[in-house]
Amino acid sequence: MEPGDHLFRREAGRMVAALTRLFGVHNLDLAEDVVQDAFCRALEVWKLRGVPENPSAWLMATAKNRALDILRRERTARRYAPELGRLLESEWTLSPVVNEAFSASAIRDDQLRMMFSCCHPQLPEVAQVALILHILCGFGVNEIAAAFLTRSAAMEKRIARGKSVLASSARLFDLAEERELPKRLSAVQRALYLLFSEGYHGAHSQLAVRADLCREAMHLCNLLLEQPLTATPESYALEALMCLDAARLPARVDASGNLSSLYDQDRTLWDAALIAKGEELLDRSATGTHVSEYHIEAAIASVHARAQSAAGTRWDTIVGLYDTLLTIRPSPIVALNRAIAIAQLRGPAHGLEEIAAIADSARLADYPFYFAALGELELQRGHDEVAHEHFLAAGKLARNPMERRFFQQRVDACDRAPAEETPTS
Amino acid sequence: MSEFLYLYRGGDSSGTPEQMQKHMQKWVDWLKELGTKGHLKDQGNPLERTGKVVKGRKAISDGPFAEAKDIVGGYTLVEAKDIAQAADLSVGCPIFDTGGFVEVRPIMKM
Repeated sequence: MEPGDHLFRREAGRMVAALTRLFGVHNLDLAEDVVQDAFCRALEVWKLRGVPENPSAWLMATAKNRALDILRRERTARRYAPELGRLLESEWTLSPVVNEAFSASAIRDDQLRMMFSCCHPQLPEVAQVALILHILCGFGVNEIAAAFLTRSAAMEKRIARGKSVLASSARLFDLAEERELPKRLSAVQRALYLLFSEGYHGAHSQLAVRADLCREAMHLCNLLLEQPLTATPESYALEALMCLDAARLPARVDASGNLSSLYDQDRTLWDAALIAKGEELLDRSATGTHVSEYHIEAAIASVHARAQSAAGTRWDTIVGLYDTLLTIRPSPIVALNRAIAIAQLRGPAHGLEEIAAIADSARLADYPFYFAALGELELQRGHDEVAHEHFLAAGKLARNPMERRFFQQRVDACDRAPAEETPTS
Repeated sequence: MSEFLYLYRGGDSSGTPEQMQKHMQKWVDWLKELGTKGHLKDQGNPLERTGKVVKGRKAISDGPFAEAKDIVGGYTLVEAKDIAQAADLSVGCPIFDTGGFVEVRPIMKM
């Protein structure tokens, strides 16, 4: 087991998926108990005897044996998976069915079904994301609350409610249900997009925590690509977008732990392998007639990835892409990003005009990077004092110490009189 | 050098998967360190929390035999200069993170 490998977390999701297939989704609690049990045993044995050659197989075998015990002992006491019903009642069919549920391909299918079940229309999007993190990614309630900067009690409630919605459904979502699939698939894609964004743009100050969220989102999206029914052009575009954005993660914080904007990042730190993978996925997403928001966002990320520098970026292309994105998913944040791109293309005054024209800009009042954008453009056109005020406002809205430091540095930059500024090479 | 038995008693190591994995890793690292320093005689074994208590042919009963916080969960055989050093070496044991404790017992010599 490599250090930094989140084996337990990863296997938690796989075991729950297999066990839920056997016990039925209404017995989700029981499945989680069995998983906890398997980890306890692993911990007891491994801590003294060392980690086995194939830890994943060890865990699966432990969970499988425990499942067999429970199914044998409580066969009449509980009602298990209705789909498997009688197969679980006879000793002749029990073992093969349990073995099958723990095969790699069955686990993958069940993880997908679980993911689709978590995106139940009765649940708000943020609850869907939390539930996915909890059930499929093995995150504890406190860990999710910390990552989302929410109080644990509130997160606990949200997840409990999500689980009860899940448990009240007769069975896991069936991917073969053609009528429901497209709608639910887009909910799943949205949840994964939100999960990724929480990691990429989120408020948590530890980059490691946020990179975790990004990695989980990419991993789950990859599951969509492995199943023909869910490997749609949108799914490819979404995974492309995640790869291309995640490629920039290593450069988002500089050597001294300070936030680094896209314009100042050391582009040699961008992950070339992820960029290549993202470009390939983006190519594969270019089928069909529907252009989704994920296609557009991936295309934008791709333009950035191919640029040697901020100045050498095809801002004209990016502005065009944002125009399209605004028609697909209008939002003040998209409009703000478009305005910033226009400023790059035509100068700060134009950018500021565009920002002033954002329709529902009131929704940006809590967004620190709204004020940072205003500050940046005012600074560029020489209105240092106005810029100073904007960066102060951004600093007040900062969500963590790293952001606060970043905005303070911009405030300081405004205070440096231009005459004193040393010419940069 | 003399031999000592570490008896690991109690400790609740349940938690989130990530916490449990980290805790397990601490144990592995700690034992490895004991080994590198030349104190590890036998890494020992974990013990099931239940069993039988036998007090004669007609007096066999199910465990547990003690309160959960005192149950022996495993053992390790170490080598140390004296009991003071053996006790010192056990201070780094990750069991203290989970509310358990280590009992250090000298092995009687022939």
